[in-house]
Amino acid sequence: MIDLVVVGAGPAGLGAAIAAAEHGLQVCVVDEFVKPGGRLLGQLHEEPDGKWVNGIEEAQKLYSRAIELGVNILCGVSVYDLQKVDHGWCVYTTDEMIESKCLLLATGASETPIPIPGWTLPGVMSIGAAQVMGNVHRVKPGEKAIIIGVNVLSVAIARELQLCGVHVESILLPQPGILAGDAAQPEKMMESLLRLSHLAPSPLIRMGGKWVSPKLGARLFPKNGFKMWGIPIQLRKTALEIYGENQVEGVRIAEVSASGDVLPGTEKTVSADFVCIAGGLTPMSELASVAGCSFCYVPELGGHVPLHNEFMQTNLAGLYVAGNITGVESAKVARAQGKVAGLSVARVLKALTYGGNEKLHSAVEEVKETRKNALIQFQPGIEEARRELYGKFDETHKKTLISI
Amino acid sequence: MNSMRVEHHPVLGDLENQKEIKIYFDGQEYTAHEGDTIASALLASGIRTLRLHEDKATPRGIYCNIGHCFECRVRVNGKNTVRACLTPVENHMQIESGTPLSASFIKGGTL
Ligand SMILES: Cc1cc2nc3c(=O)[nH]c(=O)nc-3n(C[C@H](O)[C@H](O)[C@H](O)COP(=O)(O)OP(=O)(O)OC[C@H]3O[C@@H](n4cnc5c(N)ncnc54)[C@H](O)[C@@H]3O)c2cc1C
Ligand code: FES
Repeated sequence: MIDLVVVGAGPAGLGAAIAAAEHGLQVCVVDEFVKPGGRLLGQLHEEPDGKWVNGIEEAQKLYSRAIELGVNILCGVSVYDLQKVDHGWCVYTTDEMIESKCLLLATGASETPIPIPGWTLPGVMSIGAAQVMGNVHRVKPGEKAIIIGVNVLSVAIARELQLCGVHVESILLPQPGILAGDAAQPEKMMESLLRLSHLAPSPLIRMGGKWVSPKLGARLFPKNGFKMWGIPIQLRKTALEIYGENQVEGVRIAEVSASGDVLPGTEKTVSADFVCIAGGLTPMSELASVAGCSFCYVPELGGHVPLHNEFMQTNLAGLYVAGNITGVESAKVARAQGKVAGLSVARVLKALTYGGNEKLHSAVEEVKETRKNALIQFQPGIEEARRELYGKFDETHKKTLISI
Repeated sequence: MNSMRVEHHPVLGDLENQKEIKIYFDGQEYTAHEGDTIASALLASGIRTLRLHEDKATPRGIYCNIGHCFECRVRVNGKNTVRACLTPVENHMQIESGTPLSASFIKGGTL
């Protein structure tokens, strides 16, 4: 029985593996993707000082450090079941079963699909699929893109697709309806875009971030949208249908009112050879649910998250969570949470030597600090929502856990 | 034929030392790069349709590209339901697209 199995080699999983291995623990990381790094691999962000953060390089640094510390990293292996046993966990993988004293789930987030007519045509993919295709595999998904869904991620990835040499025709809203939810509401979308304002080169949206209320923003919003990096962002246009014989040929669009209603007589078609659907991210927590964790619904964190405390412990002994499975945030926050989880495990397995408590508490502080400075905020109110969640955990489970 | 490859990138740099291998999709030979997934190799060769839906026979390709949706399932060296987006190519790999199931498998039909 090894000390720790980590599911997911993203920034959270690798961050945890490093922290745990630095304290002498025997760690195995399992990931079903072809390379270690998780969703960090596809990321490419320009910091306010103009420097680019290259996710592939960041992932490589984490991977090298983990390997240097003797962490065993298995790629191309999926975990499909978990079982609590005496003093530990059985982890069932597509390779072999692994037993460990502690188990960390760092499975990240998944994209919420928005089913619109025509979305099963080849050439329609999630926005993250296009990101991975272009930045990680270095293959263009097509020449001319239309992106359906206006949010932090779709705007950032539109830029990345441009860097891959793709022409992004426009970013527009999905058709209003129960499945699209807020994603079809111009006002809501304006609100989410304003959170990106510090990234935007366009003075309109940068000013917007400071001065314009989302309501006003959506109403003032010009019919033809505005441009970010030369890409029209059209909060007053909606995608009704993706059309094509055997693959994507284009999108049928229409104009919408500020509250999201389709304006009759405004329909037209726009050609494109691929379409990306951006429905936002939600924590990927199936394994936590298989394990039998308690859950909480926290919209600020992207949906249902396993109940956990700030030391990344769940309500099940020996089971930990870190990264986007606990709430959708940027990669740096995920990594910092991973460190907390790794130290937390070391603490429980009595591997934290002198000054261990301080280390753990300063790692917790580091998460908050990183969150405060994060370039991309997926939702507002994350810190407050987390405080509430941790409070809930303490109320219900403190007594049953090994105290820290 | 590899025009869809992002050979040059202003931030990520140029693709260098790509080793070419051969793969077969429905019997047809394609060139892939070592390190490609089945999905990226086929897309680079202009192939988007990975299967026809079991029931409706509509064409399907990748959707999530990271293993979550199973839209990209293909048959590889005789093994069913392999995710093309998570499977690295190997030299001489035999990949087959998914095809519609016969009526007896569908909608409560019996074997
Ligand atoms: C498609 C996509 C694109 C994103 N793009 C950005 C972006 O541009 N900028 C940004 O700031 N944030 C982005 N994010 C948010 C991203 O989730 C965080 O930035 C960060 O990568 C989260 O780190 P993590 O370690 O929690 O999870 P991830 O980085 O997602 O890593 C989780 C890993 O777990 C593995 N895994 C999951 N389930 C299993 C299983 N059952 N068995 C084996 N392995 C498993 C996955 O293969 C994956 O490698 C994106 C998220 C997604 C889903
Ligand atoms: S495209 Fe979703 S699993 Fe492969």
